[in-house]
Amino acid sequence: MSRKLLLEHINVPGINTLEVYRQKGGYRAVEKALKTLTPEEIVEEVKKSGLRGRGGAGFPTGMKWSFLAKPEGVARYLVCNADESEPGTFKDRYLMTYIPHALIEGMIVSSFALGAKVSYIYVRGEMMPQIRILEKAIAEAKAAGWLGKNILGTGYDLELYVQPGGGAYICGEETALLESLEGKRGNPRIKPPFPAIAGLYGCPTVVNNVESIAAVVPIINDGGDEYAKIGIGRSTGTKLISASGNLVKPGVYEIELGLPVEEFIYSDEYCGGIANGKRLKATVAGGSSVPVLPANLTLKLANGEPRLMSYESLSEGGFATGTMLGSGGFIAFDEDQCIVRNTWNFSRFYHHESCGQCSPCREGTGWMEKVLHKIEHGHGTMEDVDLLWDIQRKIEGNTICPLGDAAAWPVASAIRHFRDEFEWHIKEPVKSQSQNYGIANYATPIEKAPVTEEK
Amino acid sequence: MLKVEEQTPVEFSSELLAKFDDVKSRYPEGKQKSALLPLLHLVQAEFLWVPTSAMDKVAEYLNIQPIEVYEVATFYTMYFLKPQGKYALEVCRTGPCCLVGAEKILSHLENKLGVKEGEVTADGLFSFRGVECLAACGYGPVLQISPEYTFYENLTEASVDKLIEDLKNKS
Repeated sequence: MSRKLLLEHINVPGINTLEVYRQKGGYRAVEKALKTLTPEEIVEEVKKSGLRGRGGAGFPTGMKWSFLAKPEGVARYLVCNADESEPGTFKDRYLMTYIPHALIEGMIVSSFALGAKVSYIYVRGEMMPQIRILEKAIAEAKAAGWLGKNILGTGYDLELYVQPGGGAYICGEETALLESLEGKRGNPRIKPPFPAIAGLYGCPTVVNNVESIAAVVPIINDGGDEYAKIGIGRSTGTKLISASGNLVKPGVYEIELGLPVEEFIYSDEYCGGIANGKRLKATVAGGSSVPVLPANLTLKLANGEPRLMSYESLSEGGFATGTMLGSGGFIAFDEDQCIVRNTWNFSRFYHHESCGQCSPCREGTGWMEKVLHKIEHGHGTMEDVDLLWDIQRKIEGNTICPLGDAAAWPVASAIRHFRDEFEWHIKEPVKSQSQNYGIANYATPIEKAPVTEEK
Repeated sequence: MLKVEEQTPVEFSSELLAKFDDVKSRYPEGKQKSALLPLLHLVQAEFLWVPTSAMDKVAEYLNIQPIEVYEVATFYTMYFLKPQGKYALEVCRTGPCCLVGAEKILSHLENKLGVKEGEVTADGLFSFRGVECLAACGYGPVLQISPEYTFYENLTEASVDKLIEDLKNKS
């Protein structure tokens, strides 16, 4: 069994209550931080831990904290990003449902480190049950003196509120989230200024993912150096992976970064292999935005070495043969799944979720959806594949926020690795409506795998 | 939407206004507009949709322009701008759920309820629609029912039938 930091006590009955959470050592990090450490020392521990943002970007959390401006007499805010909406990702829902106090404890320690007196947890509106769970847990914590005025007699005051979203994927982008929290449409802001300088209400603000904030608790309890010993290279610590798709045991797993992908998919400790005795065709390793990879490149690097679940190993080979860890939303496709249909589905998602500010994204996502719909339904032409490639190239890098890139990458990677499947749909317009292209040679050794040349 | 004929006059009860006050107190002085999204959720929980007249009253309560409420209510997908069934079923239709059969569930619902996506059944009990990722990909196919947003996982056609019967019997 690998080491568990976040989910160690997840199966303890009643761990969602303050009483049981305390019995299992909960809120020790708050005591330690508020009574024995200065805010600067906490930031230093988080820096030493090597913790990288768990929401998808992988930016070092301690570094992000150290950028926070501290002008005299201006309020500072910590906002937790619980707008989990990346297709394939459901770890934050899991954490908030079963062990809400882990997030609250992390919020208290992090708010203290950043000097925030009021902090918000922005939860996507669809998660009303989780909002109720969090509000109940916050009330419990407040009644016990962990929140409110003069916490533990240290003179530190903190109010913590839960803010519901309204159902918009774009609000997971930190500046769109701040706009939404100010009661506006979720249109991402132009950066700079970054939220660390001018965020919520124009004040210095840090926005962190749920899992990043929860990870601060073991970092403070055990020390940053201990945390950094777990994992591999610059991928320190443990990561929650949301496993979905055609797996025997989909669900949320806490892994030590550096676990071989093959072990994660096939071992009984994790996903237990592909459901219904089928073979693996492809995976999306880090949520729908990251490039899709055929089975062979998922399990092994281009040089034949095993691929590991870490920031570096998953992105090994760039986008030509690699992908990204992203938010840890691991989607597995069995041999009977259609890549074209799934790419169309994802494009529809991004078209639906584009905020509409930037033309390349607003128009491009809709265009990609239509072209993919055409190919999937047997009306495509060979030029359409090149057209798709051209559209995605013109979206990527040309938008205010990363949603444009996120929409472009799945399309680009699907064409890069599965071009023959697209072409089959075009050459066999009738057959492709009742049959699937199947696994082809996606599972065979890499030298035979189709890799389209970059244009 | 926002047509005159859909202007249903609404009254906010004192209980609802008390909830409004509680939400508004969470933000710093002068930043009361932050309460807009939560307030619209409270309105929807009360009326099962968000009529334009209610948006106007929310604007008045927050001391902002009505257009500031309209643009938010139309931007976010959760706010219903026309009346729904008492139970509004929302089925996730994004990638991972489709890998495990979400499309079948949607067409099954259409047959079972005898209405198209977005329409309300004659008895006023049900409406359904496909929505984008609900962040429960490992338990798909999934659906949620507003206004409580109760969640149903690992759906099959049989479990959907049972769910609909249970809801019918409840009302």
